[in-house]
Amino acid sequence: MGMTHIVDRRLNGKNKSAVNRERFLRRYRHHIKRAVSDAVQKRSITDIERGEKVSIPSRDIDEPIFHHGQGGKREMVHPGNQEFVAGDTIPKPEGGGGQGSGQGQASPDGEGMDEFAFQITQEEFLEFLFDDLELPNLARKKLKDTEAFKYVRSGFSTDGVPAKLDVVRSLRGAHARRLGLGGARKKKIRDLEKQLEALKAAPEDLDPAFSHEDQIQVLEEEIARLKANVRRIPFIDEIDLRYRQHLKKPQPATSAVMFCLMDVSGSMTQMHKDIAKRFFILLYLFLKKNYKKIEVVFIRHHTSAKEVDEEEFFYSRETGGTIVSSALKLMHKIIESRYSPAEWNIYAAQASDGDNWNDDSPVCGKILADNILPLVQYFAYVEITPQDHQMLWYEYEKIQEQFPQSFALQQIADPGEIYPVFRQLFERKAA
Amino acid sequence: MTNLMDRPNMPGSDQPRASEPISTGSEWTFELIQKYDDEIAKCAAEFGLETYPNQVEVISAEQMMDAYSSVGMPVGYHHWSFGKQFLSTSKGYQRGQMGLAYEIVINSNPCIAYLMEENTLPMQALVIAHASYGHNSFFKGNYLFRTWTDASAIIDYLVFARNYVAECEERYGVDAVEEILDSCHALMNYGVDRYKRPAPISASEELRRQKEREEYQQRRINDLWRTIPKPDDDDDPVRRGKRYPEEPQENILYFIEKNAPLLETWQREIIRIVRKLGQYFYPQRQTQVMNEGWATFWHYTLLHRMYDKGLVTDGFMLEFLQSHSAVVYQPPFNSPWYSGINPYTLGFSIFTDLRRICENPTDEDREWFPDIAGSDWLETLHFAMKNFKDESFIQQFLSPKVMRDLKLFAIQNDDQEDVYRVTAIHDDPGYRDLREKLARQYNLSYREPNIQVWNVDVRGDRSLTLRHIPVDRVPLGKETDEVLRHVHRLWGFDVHLESVDDGTVVEDHHCPPRELEED
Repeated sequence: MGMTHIVDRRLNGKNKSAVNRERFLRRYRHHIKRAVSDAVQKRSITDIERGEKVSIPSRDIDEPIFHHGQGGKREMVHPGNQEFVAGDTIPKPEGGGGQGSGQGQASPDGEGMDEFAFQITQEEFLEFLFDDLELPNLARKKLKDTEAFKYVRSGFSTDGVPAKLDVVRSLRGAHARRLGLGGARKKKIRDLEKQLEALKAAPEDLDPAFSHEDQIQVLEEEIARLKANVRRIPFIDEIDLRYRQHLKKPQPATSAVMFCLMDVSGSMTQMHKDIAKRFFILLYLFLKKNYKKIEVVFIRHHTSAKEVDEEEFFYSRETGGTIVSSALKLMHKIIESRYSPAEWNIYAAQASDGDNWNDDSPVCGKILADNILPLVQYFAYVEITPQDHQMLWYEYEKIQEQFPQSFALQQIADPGEIYPVFRQLFERKAA
Repeated sequence: MTNLMDRPNMPGSDQPRASEPISTGSEWTFELIQKYDDEIAKCAAEFGLETYPNQVEVISAEQMMDAYSSVGMPVGYHHWSFGKQFLSTSKGYQRGQMGLAYEIVINSNPCIAYLMEENTLPMQALVIAHASYGHNSFFKGNYLFRTWTDASAIIDYLVFARNYVAECEERYGVDAVEEILDSCHALMNYGVDRYKRPAPISASEELRRQKEREEYQQRRINDLWRTIPKPDDDDDPVRRGKRYPEEPQENILYFIEKNAPLLETWQREIIRIVRKLGQYFYPQRQTQVMNEGWATFWHYTLLHRMYDKGLVTDGFMLEFLQSHSAVVYQPPFNSPWYSGINPYTLGFSIFTDLRRICENPTDEDREWFPDIAGSDWLETLHFAMKNFKDESFIQQFLSPKVMRDLKLFAIQNDDQEDVYRVTAIHDDPGYRDLREKLARQYNLSYREPNIQVWNVDVRGDRSLTLRHIPVDRVPLGKETDEVLRHVHRLWGFDVHLESVDDGTVVEDHHCPPRELEED
């Protein structure tokens, strides 16, 4: 026997298909991008970091080969005959003939058979999302490493890099080892030396059979051997070495609150809101990287402001004029009642198409300068419009001059511009 | 259920049972797998199974999915279609629809089979018996495999192919390589020599000859395509009004590789690689029923033999038989689970009945199988395994009893009639007819449209014409135009496909399509 060779391959890589899978995603990136883009619209901005199911019409991924079509004369042999005899005829179903065998099963989870469905991972989801936003690679990496770590000491280990060598520990170990290995022998040496001394001091025996000289020689040889042994114990050995060990521990996190302010007056279309949503998502991911706990507050406004949930924030429609200061006032009130700046890092992003009652814009400037900016880390204003600026923008420009560290404003006209703008806004903060 | 044996198991079934079973639990260890393999090997030797040396690899479920998605090739070049395969395999597995247990065994020397770590010990033993002794002996014995594949060279060749494709990707870009591979895959079934034996594959030989081919091939192609014919060359077949090629060519990929005017050398090499792989899998496509039937017959017989010897427990046999009956379950035609004849069932039934015909022949058997009835069953089964492919195997060995057991019947669907006709059933007047029809069903050239290279307009627009010969008026499928686009990509000039039935063109396809051409 022994012809069979049994091999344990379990520890070999399991991702042999990774490249092929990646090739598949690459080939169908347009389909996947669309699915991701749809998913972003449906998901909450705080629910961006999970994978997504993607469906592709089967006809788009079929690999065509020559095969027979319907028609002509065909014969098939089947099993499980019950009552047929040769010569029987069976009427064909209306609407043309299938082959009469089991066809068109639906799959258990209700996917149609004409869809090829598969799951992409969270990482891939973000990658496609960032693709959409034209994020540069470095930024992608920073945003995807959601956990921040610091290294903490966690005892000692017997292996490591020289830089981590702990000299005191290692020498202490060496000393103990030398004692352990040499102690007994040294004691023996001391005993033998005592005997030797006693022998040398005693008078010579007359009987040559008990000659002191022989005994002295034996003792001296033994002592020399033991001493040589003790000398061979190395001063420091590899097993004495101790290295400081460090463990990655998540950074103790602080909390942040993110205020999303948006104009929902009639002039803001769904397209504007989608761009705003992507901007808020990026902000959220950015904060998530830096803070462990993040709360998000949504404030929408037209002529008056209201704190709402996310669904209402992005999707309910309002008409009417615009008074931006109402939102700023509400934000200030919420900070005072719930988010003490001593405990919270406060961020705010405001999205608008730039419309405001002209009389209101100076009021906005004043609230920002006096009440809000002293409390927040950062306030970003994005104006989503390809058109010329109005009063509010010019008012905000004055604010930016006063608060260059904590206030920024930018204009966005389409989704591809979101990231560059975002980066400009947060460049200094992202460090 | 004290005796799980349903019939005596030669040889030496009278010998006393061993005192101790190899193991009693269902957890496996490497040591136990080795012991089981040793015992299975002994049983296999008693029955005269000849195999390549075995390599059994224990892998995880994820690795099994990897193995599945590369169609069983232990190394393969990269392509999105394998990624697609992987995604649907893993989905199926996660849903629990898929067993993942048996089917990966590689026709190589040594013969590689996979055991999944999640399986219980009886399952591992079943897979070893099925793959390492059943399939393995089939690979080594069957004439198609012996003639058309070279078990000792395949792994090296796969490595060579992967490296070559990767190199091309680096040089010419992933997209360019993907395009060629897509087109080759579309024609993979038309890249085989059906009748003449291909040269054996060898990675080192390929490498050595690659260089030669580069120079030689281009010269040859230039010769063919030189535009100015010599004025009085009577040897030029085209001038004498003959077609090029003079005889229709069944190996379309080969023809393209050797004759397409515009392909670059690396593209020809990739066609060659796909062609060689198609050729390697060709015997498998022709022996599915036999190969699975043989492997199933032997896992059944070998493990029963182990039980006979007292090496396995009743509990082991119960678990094994449960798996075995799932494998050979054949849903009837009107069941929602029906998806054609189960090759395991058909093959297992024929081999099992063949043994019965040898050992306990009836009058019917003597009439139908005068040479076999009462003969030595081992010799007869080995003869059947070695010298046939599905089509001829069924034609030769499908017995009336198996037709009755499976209740086979044939239905004819003629688009010129408004009824289906039952043309034969499992009864005396029907047996021969039914057997012939079932055999034909496994003839690859009946299953796949017969399409060959018919002509190249060498002195004109360089267009390539393929010819389809329909059988029983069965037309080409919906994807035909798609495939033609791939042919067009490889050929580089117009491509035509005509179906010619009895001298008349009944269907034609063109790439680029005719309508656009007229603008």
